[in-house]
Amino acid sequence: MNRSLVLLAQVAVAVVLLAAWQFATTVPVSGTATLLPKFFFSTPVDVFNRIVKWLVEGTIWRHLAITLTESILAFVIGSLGGVLIGFWFARQQIVAEIFDPYVKMMNALPRVVLAPIFALWLGLGIWSKVALGVTLVFFVVFFNVYQGVKEVSPTVLANGRMLGMSERQLLRHVYWPSALSWMFSSLHTSVGFAVVGAVVGEYLGSAAGLGYLIQQAEGVFDVAGVFAGMIVLAIFVVIIDWLVSLVENRLLRWRATVGENRLA
Amino acid sequence: MALDAVSVAFRLADGSDFTAVQQATLDVADGEFVAIVGPTGCGKSTLLNVTAGLIRPAAGTTRIFGTPLTRLNLQAGYLFQADALFPWKSVLENVAIGLEISGTSRAAAHDQARQWLTRVGLGGFEARYPHMLSGGQRKRVALAQVLIRNPKILLMDEPFGPLDAQTRQIMGNLLLELWHADRKAVLFITHDLDEAIALADRVVIMSAGPRSNIIGDWRVPLPRPRDIAEVRLLPEFHELNREIWSKLKSEVLKGYQQSAVAGAAS
Repeated sequence: MNRSLVLLAQVAVAVVLLAAWQFATTVPVSGTATLLPKFFFSTPVDVFNRIVKWLVEGTIWRHLAITLTESILAFVIGSLGGVLIGFWFARQQIVAEIFDPYVKMMNALPRVVLAPIFALWLGLGIWSKVALGVTLVFFVVFFNVYQGVKEVSPTVLANGRMLGMSERQLLRHVYWPSALSWMFSSLHTSVGFAVVGAVVGEYLGSAAGLGYLIQQAEGVFDVAGVFAGMIVLAIFVVIIDWLVSLVENRLLRWRATVGENRLA
Repeated sequence: MALDAVSVAFRLADGSDFTAVQQATLDVADGEFVAIVGPTGCGKSTLLNVTAGLIRPAAGTTRIFGTPLTRLNLQAGYLFQADALFPWKSVLENVAIGLEISGTSRAAAHDQARQWLTRVGLGGFEARYPHMLSGGQRKRVALAQVLIRNPKILLMDEPFGPLDAQTRQIMGNLLLELWHADRKAVLFITHDLDEAIALADRVVIMSAGPRSNIIGDWRVPLPRPRDIAEVRLLPEFHELNREIWSKLKSEVLKGYQQSAVAGAAS
């Protein structure tokens, strides 16, 4: 199917869903009762008006900026830690063996339970959210880098040696690019986790951010506010994901498969 | 380059020792092209890895220009059977890397790499990545990658094995052409007797493993320069082929039987 046709169909899906939502919440079917109660489901028009109001008043930008800052910090710190420790573990097998059960334990822990601890330690500002995001991003990057270093092709490695590479040069020309390629292939997951950490952290206790916005609206049964927050969040994530794809295509242009088997 | 009574053993998972190669002795003169032919699993690649210094022999010594080899043989260039290019480097970077790591400036290394790429017939492909090339083109890049370092010895482990018959022939001629321009000692591993005779000055055959050994050594009386396709039509070629095959055949059968027994046992 050609591109414009796909685009048309995609728009059609949105129109049908929104129309169904609007119909179910505003058009009475028996007497005054609608299919879905407006109180619990709001209506697309109300949600749209709420988003417009946020944009016009400008309040949304501050929240977006805070969530974005937290996500970026969580991503950068988590990735840095994941790369360094993943590399270290992969090159020092004994370290990996010693820490193996602890790594598994930490990774198995649902990160939400750490939120109260982080809130106590780091306060209700952005750093407790960053910390939550870091715990999510770290493990994704860590496992990928570890795997990347471990699974360097033995032939490529032997070739590097026979070309006269020293251990340091092998690190730079063979291990490092291999590890980075694995890390970049998990870029979408880790960036997504950074946003999840930020928003969940905000939701559980904060004074700003998209998660806070949604939590506040929920607290006063403002369903339109909840939906509006969700939609802004979704658009935010889609834009970030698109940016990640741009970065990925640039960095992994030596790979055959990038972007080919993903939903375009 | 000389292998003197080299044996290679591996410790198996069950604790027993497996002797892959036993007491193999081989001399390769400077500028000589020697092909080693043997049945599958006879340890010919193992022997090559010993001369490369990638495997340490359990007994015996490898001498490179008279000096015993104790570590990696950096005077040798190694052409692998499997893909060994760095997938994250462009074709140009792949060829230039051997010079860059030994201290040549990037500009000079890239300059030489460009010349080598033209020499192997890949001018204009500098910016491509390995995955964008065909199997034959990747082998050309690998050849340039190895030869740019100007190694004194060329070790080749069934380098054209994965290629189709036509590409193999073209690559064989390219190899001979490059070798003629600058004669290096070559140790060429193959399971293809025709290829061995067409390329080499000497053909050495190995017995079926385990504890395989060198059981025959023939000089190839064909004139140089050769064209791989044409040389196969000469009567001397057929005569030598028949002679070597009569000895190799029984080893190949033995090799098959052993792998069948091993397959049935496991």
